[in-house]
Amino acid sequence: MDLKKSGDGGWSPYLAGALVGLLAIFSAYATTTWLGKTSYLGASTTFVRGAGLMVQQVAPEHVQANEYFVKEKVRVDWQFMLVLGIFVGSFIASATDKSFKLEAVPPVWEKHFGPSVGKRAAGAFFGGIVAMVGARMADGCPSGHGLSGMMQLSVSALVALTMFFAVGIIVAAFVYGRKQ
Amino acid sequence: MGTDEILGLVTGILFGFLLQKGRVLRFDKQVGAMLLKDMTILKFMLSAIVVGMVGVALLSGAGVITLSHKPMNVGAILVGGALFGAGWAVMGFCPGTSVGALGEGRWHAIFAIAGMLAGAAIYAELYPVFKSTVLAWADLGKIGLPEVLGVSPWVVIAVFIPVVLALFRWFERKGL
Repeated sequence: MDLKKSGDGGWSPYLAGALVGLLAIFSAYATTTWLGKTSYLGASTTFVRGAGLMVQQVAPEHVQANEYFVKEKVRVDWQFMLVLGIFVGSFIASATDKSFKLEAVPPVWEKHFGPSVGKRAAGAFFGGIVAMVGARMADGCPSGHGLSGMMQLSVSALVALTMFFAVGIIVAAFVYGRKQ
Repeated sequence: MGTDEILGLVTGILFGFLLQKGRVLRFDKQVGAMLLKDMTILKFMLSAIVVGMVGVALLSGAGVITLSHKPMNVGAILVGGALFGAGWAVMGFCPGTSVGALGEGRWHAIFAIAGMLAGAAIYAELYPVFKSTVLAWADLGKIGLPEVLGVSPWVVIAVFIPVVLALFRWFERKGL
């Protein structure tokens, strides 16, 4: 096997993953040193803040009165910028190696459900609702639990990651497993 | 922008760059892993975890950084984890990768992002209900595997790494 290449012009997932490990260590060190508190890579809390910022536009008093929004503090912070950074970094990487591609429906989805953008939109939207309710309940996603929690050897991360994949495998088998 | 915002942005750009280079942002890779056909995202995640756990153990052992375990709230982790897994399979992205997928032109990720923003707002509305039910079942607190097993983190790491390497060898042999 080639440890440096992925076969589709990208890097080996082993190499890219190991570099993310180094980035996570650097990030834990940098946040402790410069911000005074160790922060670990994560993404799902930002969706709470993003939703809070949007609701605030129409009903600011509602956000101020909501226990969960108050608890998670609706504001642009370190993680919020990290999530925006993921967008920028991915754009830079894909634009410079010509893997940027405008895609309306992912190939595997199209194979099972056809080229309808509406169907994909509905699946992604409702899947997104269920996934985010779950991520907030579990207090983390594959970044917060899967990477950061596992690196710290957290019990919650091990159980959460197992649940993510175990249920994901079962549901994926139902949704995409049918014979063509 | 303050220091925290600049640091977050720079870290995020590097994270997004590596996620894209590892080709793990794609719907097909995420669903491929759940269909047990393409283990790219597991190779990526486990490589990051193995490297990261050594560095985190070194730095926290030296007192440079502090650990921040998320609580092992039984109902929250089991029910929340199951809901996430189910939604993830249909959506084909996780929160971090959805934003990255949009960055590499897969614009259908916008529907996933919209759904997740809606999901976050719904969770905020239902939080009092969850707090008195699922979240109230049993909370084992912020615990780490080493404390539970009564061993040093290095023992856990020394067991974890060979298991992961054996798994990698198996993936490569099977062409996953």
